[in-house]
Amino acid sequence: MKEYKNTGSKDTRSGFGAGLTELGKTNENVVALCADLTGSLKMDDFKENHPERFFQVGIAEANMIGMAAGMTIGGKIPFTGTFANFSTGRVYDQIRQSVAYSGKNVKICASHAGVTLGEDGATHQILEDLGLMKMLPGMTVINTCDFNQTKAATLAISEHNGPVYLRFGRPKVANFTPEDQKFEIGKAVKLYEGSDVTIIATGHLVWEAIQAAVELNEKGISAEVINIHTIKPLDEEAIIASAKKTGCVVTAEEHNFLGGLGESVARTLAENHPTPQEFVATQDTFGESGTPAQLMDKYGLNAAAIIKATEKVLKRK
Amino acid sequence: MPDINELQDFATQVRRDILRQVHKVNSGHPGGSLGCTEFFTALYQEVMEHNTNFNMDGKDEDLFFLSNGHISPVFYSVLARSGYFPVEELNTFRLIDSRLQGHPTTHEGLPGIRIASGSLGQGMSVALGAAQTKKLNKDKHIIYTLHGDGELQEGQNWEAIMYASGNKVDNIVSTIDLNGQQIDGSTETVLPLGNLKAKFEAFGWDVMEIEDGNDLQQVIDGLKEAKTRTGKGKPVCILMNTVMGHGVDFMMHTHAWHGKAPNDEQLETGLSQNPETLGDY
Repeated sequence: MKEYKNTGSKDTRSGFGAGLTELGKTNENVVALCADLTGSLKMDDFKENHPERFFQVGIAEANMIGMAAGMTIGGKIPFTGTFANFSTGRVYDQIRQSVAYSGKNVKICASHAGVTLGEDGATHQILEDLGLMKMLPGMTVINTCDFNQTKAATLAISEHNGPVYLRFGRPKVANFTPEDQKFEIGKAVKLYEGSDVTIIATGHLVWEAIQAAVELNEKGISAEVINIHTIKPLDEEAIIASAKKTGCVVTAEEHNFLGGLGESVARTLAENHPTPQEFVATQDTFGESGTPAQLMDKYGLNAAAIIKATEKVLKRK
Repeated sequence: MPDINELQDFATQVRRDILRQVHKVNSGHPGGSLGCTEFFTALYQEVMEHNTNFNMDGKDEDLFFLSNGHISPVFYSVLARSGYFPVEELNTFRLIDSRLQGHPTTHEGLPGIRIASGSLGQGMSVALGAAQTKKLNKDKHIIYTLHGDGELQEGQNWEAIMYASGNKVDNIVSTIDLNGQQIDGSTETVLPLGNLKAKFEAFGWDVMEIEDGNDLQQVIDGLKEAKTRTGKGKPVCILMNTVMGHGVDFMMHTHAWHGKAPNDEQLETGLSQNPETLGDY
């Protein structure tokens, strides 16, 4: 079984910051807007090196989204940065009308998504953002799993013409995808070939899915693991093909089971190849304060939860 | 450059277009449209440097953003009669498969529209973004915007107003249509706006007034004056007094025609008060 090595834990938000730094050097049309969270979003380097292209808007996210939409008129590629909660729920109508419906080339970059935000608690731990964003016509929705993938995604979305929601997080997590990877929007990455079950994971749950697959292998269960960084457009072909092969599916995400990756996979399979599926996700609840590890455990968002879900879905085959 | 009489004729024809558009589909917003007819006429026929060969990026030309998108009938009429799309297309206002949606949108590709508006309070932010891009592109042209007075009840405006002065966005001229009316009644009874001049000045804007926004010459002079005030470190605000429903006697001085279409008889009365000048579509 292939071994995925953690080359040194890093936060995904730093991957975004590294990507933005590179874009600052390579694409003069890239501009960045931030709502008083420059350090948290790792945008300091861009700000320092390209002050004329960095726009501090203050604690005014609605204005930030509207400005970003306007900045595209004249050819700029705006990247907005704030927490996921304030990037989506707080500004949903601004994104809907000024960005999505208006078809503007805005990149909404959102950190501190999910419960792994940790101690700040539920006011800041959005678990509904994927659903909110994937429902908007024309919106591309991406949730990256580690530093390298987040950096690659940041570069890739600058080349994509259209609105994008890029979701990442706060804690340091394993960095295991290749540094030189080519990030293809809408293309699933298969991490393990398997025959008994398909585990489809996104964001911080991808590393957990790898750990789960290794443990399952020791128990004699062959798990296929798919890293699905793009929630929309979903790589339906990869999902259907894998479900046909293994006959059962577990989805894993740091998001409410309503509206997230799991529902998109379920819809795809219901239409094309009905398959038993279990959902590793939060169960229509808010989060709370705690360490990321405690919260992942309490809300059933780790390798142990994936193994449990796998054992359950195997019985339904 | 057209003389004032020609521009008056243009405005009269626009009023006919407004009435006929909303009458045909028995929906839409004639009141604010009629009140802003002089503003749109002055802007597109006299003040703005703009290309009718529409390009979304709008480089090397002045740009306009309508924040209170519900007054689409006046916007569509003036765009069409300024050469952005065929005047006959006004016949499709609010109909299925039309580019002339109830509220303006880029979605159907109507030339002249650069942002969707309708959900209120978003236009100034968009305009500030476009203004900052003009600066980055070293493009000296101006961004113009229009906002309803009731629309200022939306909080996002004040985020934008604060940003604009704090960041010296001085290539923008934002006009507030002060007609004192909104859907549920007068702004005074729904939610008083207070002293807007003092508020904008307190937020660091250069504020000027147009006493009668339905006097075409005053609007032209006011907009030209505003343009001379750009580039001086402050965003420019024009408080423009208008009468909702102006030009149709029974629609004036009331909020009743904010979002209501005239019946056949009312249409005839309204049209008789605005005789055909440039030819109906």
